[in-house]
Amino acid sequence: MELSKIIEIVHGAVVSDGGGIDAIDITSVCSADLLSNVLRYGKGGALLVTCLNQPQVIRSAEISDIPAVLLALGAIPETDMISLARDKNIILLTTQLPMYTTCGLLYTAGLRSCVEEL
Amino acid sequence: MTENSPSEGTFHLMGGEFTNAGSASSELKSTLIKVGVEKSIVRRVAIAAFEAEMNVIIHAVAGTLRYEITTEAVTITVTDMGPGIENINQAMQPGYSTAPDWVREMGWGAGMGLPNISKHSDLFKIDSVVGEGTTLEIIFDLKEKNADS
Repeated sequence: MELSKIIEIVHGAVVSDGGGIDAIDITSVCSADLLSNVLRYGKGGALLVTCLNQPQVIRSAEISDIPAVLLALGAIPETDMISLARDKNIILLTTQLPMYTTCGLLYTAGLRSCVEEL
Repeated sequence: MTENSPSEGTFHLMGGEFTNAGSASSELKSTLIKVGVEKSIVRRVAIAAFEAEMNVIIHAVAGTLRYEITTEAVTITVTDMGPGIENINQAMQPGYSTAPDWVREMGWGAGMGLPNISKHSDLFKIDSVVGEGTTLEIIFDLKEKNADS
C-alpha cells in the first residue's frame, strides 16, 4: 500500500519525509512498544506503529530495513529522534489516533501483520 | 588467520551512552553492504550486532564490538567490562531481564536480547565471569550461498 494512502487513512502528519514519501510501498505492519520485538519480528518494507518516541526506534527501523515509523496516540517525537530519522532517511509520521484504532484501520484497509498469523 | 579477510574493525562502546546507541551496528551494516554481503545476511548481522551493542550500553561500563569479514563468514566479537551473567541459561530464556525500569521505559529490557542474537546467527557462544564481564562470539556463514550443493 502506498504510504500516502496510509497517511490519509490514519489522518497522519509527516514529521520527516525520509527524502520522498511517494516512492514508498508498505507491505506489512509491525506494531510494538518493545524494540526487541521489532528486531525479532519486523520485516523489511514494513511500517512500524509504536508509541515510543526516542531515537533507538529509528535505529531499530534502520537496522531492520523498515522504511517508515508511525507514532500513535499523539506521541511527540524527541528532537534526537527527528534528527536521526532525517539522517537515516527514515520516514517519521504521527497520528492522534490510539494504536488499537490505527492498526484496526490499516487492517481493514488490507494491510496485514509482519508476523505470520497462525 | 587473516587470509581472505577483506575487512575487519573495532568499535568502542560506552555504557550508558544512549545518544549514539546503535551507531556501531549502523556503521557495520553499511560496511557489509559495501563489501557485497547478501542482503538477508546483512539484516541478520545488523540485528544481532544491535542487540549485543545495546546490552553493553545498558549493562556494562564499556566494551568493544569487533568484526571480521572473510569469504566464509562474518564474525562479531563483543567484549564488555560489565557485571557478568550469573546464570547464562537463565539469561538465554526469552523474557528474563535484569534491566532497570527506566531502560524498559525506552522499549528495551524485554529479555529478548540474547535469544534474538541466537535466533539470527549461525553460531553463538557466550562466556561470562561475574564481576569481570561478558564475551559474545557471533558467527554468520557466508559460504552456504556460494556452495554448489
